[in-house]
Amino acid sequence: MGSGPTSWIGARRGAPLPLLGLGLLVGAAALLPAIYLLVLVLDDVGGAISTIATGRTAGLALQTLALTVAVSATATAIGVPLAWLTARTDLPGRRLWATLTTLPLVIPSYIGAYLLVSALGPFGLLRDLLGVERLPSIYGFVGAWLALSLFTYPLVLLSVRAALMRLDPQLEDAARSMGRSRRGTFISVVLPQLGPAVATGALLVALYVVSDFGAVSIMRFDSLTREIYVTYQSSFDRSSAASLGLLLVAFTLALLAGQSWVRGSLRYHRAGPGAARPAPTVPLGRWRTPALAFCSAVTLAALILPLGVLIYWASKGIGTDSLATGDLLQNGSNSLLAASGAAVAAAVLAVVVAVLAVRFRGPMTLALERISFAGYALPGVVVALSLVFFGIRVAPSLYQTLALLVFALTIHYLPLAVGSVGSSLLQVPPRIEEAARGLGRGPLEVFRTITTPLVAGGIWAGMALVFLHALKELPATLLLAPIGFETLATDIWRQTTRGFFEAGAVPTILLLAVAAPPLYVLAGRGTPPSS
Amino acid sequence: MHRTSLPRLLLALSMLTAAAVAVGCGAGDDSESGDASLTLYSGREPELIDPAIEDFEEQSGVDVEVRSGDSAPLAATILEEGESSPADVFLAQDAGSLGAVEQEGLLTQLPTDILDEVDSRFRSEDGGWVGVTGRARVIAYGPDVDPADLPDSPLELTEPEWEGRVGWAPSNASFQAYVTALREVEGEEVARGWLEGMVANGVQAYESNTPVRDAIAAGEIDVGLINHYYVAQAVAEDPDYPVEVDFPPAGLGSLINVSGAGVLASSDDPDAAQDLIAFLLAEDAQSYFATSSKEYPLAAGVEPDSELVPLEDIPAPPINLSGTSDLEGTLELLRETGAL
Repeated sequence: MGSGPTSWIGARRGAPLPLLGLGLLVGAAALLPAIYLLVLVLDDVGGAISTIATGRTAGLALQTLALTVAVSATATAIGVPLAWLTARTDLPGRRLWATLTTLPLVIPSYIGAYLLVSALGPFGLLRDLLGVERLPSIYGFVGAWLALSLFTYPLVLLSVRAALMRLDPQLEDAARSMGRSRRGTFISVVLPQLGPAVATGALLVALYVVSDFGAVSIMRFDSLTREIYVTYQSSFDRSSAASLGLLLVAFTLALLAGQSWVRGSLRYHRAGPGAARPAPTVPLGRWRTPALAFCSAVTLAALILPLGVLIYWASKGIGTDSLATGDLLQNGSNSLLAASGAAVAAAVLAVVVAVLAVRFRGPMTLALERISFAGYALPGVVVALSLVFFGIRVAPSLYQTLALLVFALTIHYLPLAVGSVGSSLLQVPPRIEEAARGLGRGPLEVFRTITTPLVAGGIWAGMALVFLHALKELPATLLLAPIGFETLATDIWRQTTRGFFEAGAVPTILLLAVAAPPLYVLAGRGTPPSS
Repeated sequence: MHRTSLPRLLLALSMLTAAAVAVGCGAGDDSESGDASLTLYSGREPELIDPAIEDFEEQSGVDVEVRSGDSAPLAATILEEGESSPADVFLAQDAGSLGAVEQEGLLTQLPTDILDEVDSRFRSEDGGWVGVTGRARVIAYGPDVDPADLPDSPLELTEPEWEGRVGWAPSNASFQAYVTALREVEGEEVARGWLEGMVANGVQAYESNTPVRDAIAAGEIDVGLINHYYVAQAVAEDPDYPVEVDFPPAGLGSLINVSGAGVLASSDDPDAAQDLIAFLLAEDAQSYFATSSKEYPLAAGVEPDSELVPLEDIPAPPINLSGTSDLEGTLELLRETGAL
């Protein structure tokens, strides 16, 4: 029972047409970057094939894959325990910890990587502290792995935390009452139920790694995305660059197939009637100190140390003479405007995609869900150029307006919201919706009063993820924002482009400051009231 | 538990965003109400162009809207925009970006009086763009290097004594322009041999000029192949900055690359656009570039910073780097030799 394509619209029927229509529109929007790449490749198919079918490309793909796997695993190992500690235990100050440990996501990856090089590089600050001659090189795989792990684990943290909030404690209670230990219960009951959220978080990390240029370039690690940048800027060979871009899209689809395999084999929602009650808080007891130590260690490595170096740079005053406070405030509010616009838009679109993919599971809706991920694995500059291409042809009156920028950010980061909303929706039993329908409520009414409150945690998490990404987004903002629309991210670019990464310190600190309050509010969402 | 209805909140936020977007668009339209206005796509560091643009606005009464970004993505943007580009003028940090736009026929021919402001080496052969400032390739070196030991030519950095001590930025446009010049002047085999020799000698590859310079300052490497003004700017920030530059007299070692500007064929005010370029080539702007960025002024007889080797003392390769050169060939060579 309950495993067929049941729905809140009425059992075992196809998706309602308006919803399907909306879904198709979302899918078309999400496909724009891929279509753009296809247009470029079709321009010179021969050249494209000769670019892809080389040992060099194969080597780069393997290297990228290795980095992706390593970073995803590490981010999961950091993110899952943090999520559990801040969502389900009596950890002191857990809301604060949840905020602090999420913040590193907002540090632009090239700044983060450069911070690591200046701290841990062969002649970095750590060497000065230790007083040794020279530290081993951080460049290459190790540096890229470290930088990306430290600044992407919040993707797992947020996805899993949202899922934990929705997890039905009934099963855990049952296991406990049958004599399972707390740890045994966690391993045999809680962890398996977290499968979709962990898979989603790890997938998002993987896609982030694939699309990243900043960290790999500073760490001097050759990845496919770096190759795209080099091809583009060195020879303006658009067909070759585009064919590599399509390779990234294929990579994404392969990763998605893996994720849906994890997710498709199990059923995650409660079988019984009624809604889940808030989970009880797990007392940490003697584990409190190690738990606090773990949270502190992560916060120290991913936030405090980088922030310390940033403050040290800022104190050196490089570039600060050209920063006007008024501009910084204006740019901060511009950042907030664009990022929250994208967060809201992505949440709305994600609900459409997730409802279709989860409640009306079929080849078409599944394809839609996968398509919605297409834009995230692509380097930002590709997404930006695709919207230059379509924007000026299809909607010239919107070209280089804030509306187009928000649209670009939305489709670029849509998967972040789709992933979160989708995995929460998986945990909501369709039966509740069906019951409400049976009592005569209309589908929209059911969705508003029953489904939305139950997936609220996932929606909030998705919005937080999109928000954090959009805050630091650079390539699309530079190319698509209205002229004169400066953000903190363009401030960082403005400063660092003068030849001093240190000069980006002040706007980066501000970026963290701007992101913190909304994250703190979000961290309180969906948690049981702390006693 | 206080739970605002999420749909209601989302609705409110969407409306707020929509309103803000509408206001934002409106604000964009307002600024176009001036008499004449130009849109400039600038690949130059904003801090090193904005003051000159403000001067131009003041003198000409023309309103200039500047979209700043990195040169290559801006060139790519113009290529995608084609005939509908909102840009009137494209100012790029490298000849390659300008060449890519010119090759697609998107730049209009500049009048000869503008072109003649600069030496024919520093402008497009087809007349689509003109150089505004020059930057020399140099060997930058750290405090552990005795300047007397530095080679006369970068080609000698393949010697065993330099093993593991040299840094470069192979994905950088200026570096690639150097390799292109080397191929054209010294021949394909010399260029290939040099690249292979450098790789075999353990050259360290960085992403751009800045990290190379910083790595020298940190002591990771002893010398680096970069553009001269990166060091000059660092010294301007910190007089004790531990990196110096040498202008190698041989092997195209101090090749001059240019930043330049062109007028888009789709500009609706080509006269004002040309005025802007003429302004950038006039004495005030050229002096401003010479002092603010320590680049070589290319026009109006303005002298470069006194610390620099004078332009006429730098051996000029007998080629024009107008960006129509074989960039793809250079990229291929860099990949084949393992430099990239």
